Amino acid sequence: MDTQKEKTTIVLFSGDLDKAIAAFIIANGAAAYDHDVTIFFTFWGLNTMRKDEFVNVKKGFLEKAFGWMMPRGAKKLGLSKMNMMGMGPEMIKHVMKKHNALSLPQLIELAQEQGVKLVACTMTMDLLGLKQEELLDGMEYAGVAAYLGDATQAKVNLFI
Amino acid sequence: MADITVDTKGLACPMPIVKAKKALDSLESGQTMEVLSTDKGSLNDFTAWVKQTKNEMISHEEENGVYKFLVKKG
Repeated sequence: MDTQKEKTTIVLFSGDLDKAIAAFIIANGAAAYDHDVTIFFTFWGLNTMRKDEFVNVKKGFLEKAFGWMMPRGAKKLGLSKMNMMGMGPEMIKHVMKKHNALSLPQLIELAQEQGVKLVACTMTMDLLGLKQEELLDGMEYAGVAAYLGDATQAKVNLFI
Repeated sequence: MADITVDTKGLACPMPIVKAKKALDSLESGQTMEVLSTDKGSLNDFTAWVKQTKNEMISHEEENGVYKFLVKKG
């Protein structure tokens, strides 16, 4: 029975709430298909995996400024359309609850539970001044070669 | 009667297949699972999922907006 599992990879580049939700729904669906699933977080997508509390780490001025300007975690992301200074995300969260859809933090938890591999791109972490301590526990840290290692064996590879 | 019943009524995508997968993992090959869902996409979802995961759809029906699938573990 233990033949090689199918694989799915997703690059989450975007830091938009709606795109992150789509990425995590696909990841959870693929995990239910019994695929080995990898989500590779790069650039703004890294903010999805930030802890929501302030983490005191040593940073330079620019890194600090980036840290303040970027959303701190899945609950703080904005919408790609109709953000309306933060009203849009509140509306969508309300509607999702009404339709019994899982919230982004719940989808992330479900992905962790289903063994989805969550990988943070270390190069863009450096650019944005994000430290490992600021990201959720249980993440892996890697670069493009590790991503391609997974992607070359996968039939489903998405860039979101 | 199915060996296990999974009630996903009211739950939105992707929960029906996530729950069904979990339940199916607990079964032995040849055992059956019944899934209830109210998600309108679930007929296409379950047809594709059952086929790709090497299981077998024994029957499916829809009554008053509730889809009922009987799946045999491959």
